[in-house]
Amino acid sequence: MGGDAAGPLQQQNGRPVEHDFALWEKRVDALMVLMTTKGHFTVDGLRRAIEDMGPGAFETMSYYDRWIAAVNQNLVESGVYTLAELGEKMEQVARRGSTYGQASLAGA
Amino acid sequence: MLDVGPGTAVRVRGMQPPGHIRTPHYLRGKAGVIERCLGLSGNPEQLAYGLPGASLPLYRVRFTMADIWGARAERPDDTLDAEIYGHWLEETV
Amino acid sequence: MATGWKKPSDMPHDHHDHLSSSGHPYRADNDAPLTYWQTMEIALRELLVEKGVTSQAEIASQIDAMDARSPADGARVVARAWSDPAFRDRLLHDASAASREMGFDIGALRLIAVENTGDVHNIIVCTLCSCYPRNLLGLSPDWYKTREYRSRVVIEPRRVLAEFGLTLPDTTTIRVHDSTADMRYIVIPVRPSGTEHLNEAQLATLVTRDSMIGTAQARAPR
Repeated sequence: MGGDAAGPLQQQNGRPVEHDFALWEKRVDALMVLMTTKGHFTVDGLRRAIEDMGPGAFETMSYYDRWIAAVNQNLVESGVYTLAELGEKMEQVARRGSTYGQASLAGA
Repeated sequence: MLDVGPGTAVRVRGMQPPGHIRTPHYLRGKAGVIERCLGLSGNPEQLAYGLPGASLPLYRVRFTMADIWGARAERPDDTLDAEIYGHWLEETV
Repeated sequence: MATGWKKPSDMPHDHHDHLSSSGHPYRADNDAPLTYWQTMEIALRELLVEKGVTSQAEIASQIDAMDARSPADGARVVARAWSDPAFRDRLLHDASAASREMGFDIGALRLIAVENTGDVHNIIVCTLCSCYPRNLLGLSPDWYKTREYRSRVVIEPRRVLAEFGLTLPDTTTIRVHDSTADMRYIVIPVRPSGTEHLNEAQLATLVTRDSMIGTAQARAPR
């Protein structure tokens, strides 16, 4: 990454692009902080999982897509839950609706 | 293990093992000077794999852009500081 | 079985940037089609709550704690350093201790302050991931995390700064700081001229987030 050839920063209104964070992104961020603080994995474990996704992930996944994938990888490795438990829960969640607002339980 | 103070001339080791390593590729094999000592820190190469991290001395090393990039440097005496763990550094004379 | 998301390989680039009515960009969230990774976030969070690893209240309170942190906190630290030479010395000696002394809850953040002068300009990057002094300044801007910024700042900082509208004379030495390990960095920008009459609170309004990353100077007073 450092020193590699790369294009100009993407600009919007004459400034490098930025966006406000969505609720789901803030939740991913909070989960990372809480799980590392509680000792279920380390920040280095998070970074390692992101690096292991390979350079292609940088193009196909957003920043917090990569983070939640890496949080999951580390939680599975540390035995907090199993992949089958996650898969079942993801099916339940997806049946609730087609938007994040519908799928994320009210008040949850 | 390197145990030195500020001002010591060092070189970053050029080895290329795979895995989670906090020594950037663009600094491997490059010569710099210890800017300050940062005390002991857990080895990220173990912490990343769920292992206890051995305590290692951590240093801030200052490089000139000329030392890193040679003729490609924008301005040779601009500098770059990075934190490098002791096991990635060798003292130079 | 009906699912609300598509497999990630079928998904386009996840760049749903729009302009809100205020003119600020935001990323579509609650009303956009559910993505695979959002589904994973919901499922993972609910599993952790069911297993008693965390609670929804704990997650909400962590979000509040991050939301409460902002560049305004760093601006107050810089303004005090401009106003109080003894504090400036303590900040340069141990920026974590100096920030805590002002009452900021920065957790385990290990902070180093680097000072701009007439001859030296500092700029911060994390080439290996996106390390940022988040416990003082809040979450980092998008561009800080891009391949473009991370790849280029370490080899052509002057061209990158020009894209931020900042052109430095050749007599200024640039010092790039790559946060490769445990330390995080904050730039103390040069105090603008014509600010001798301003108090600390007024000075803080001149200190922008970008001036503490090093991609801008502090604002000139009106």
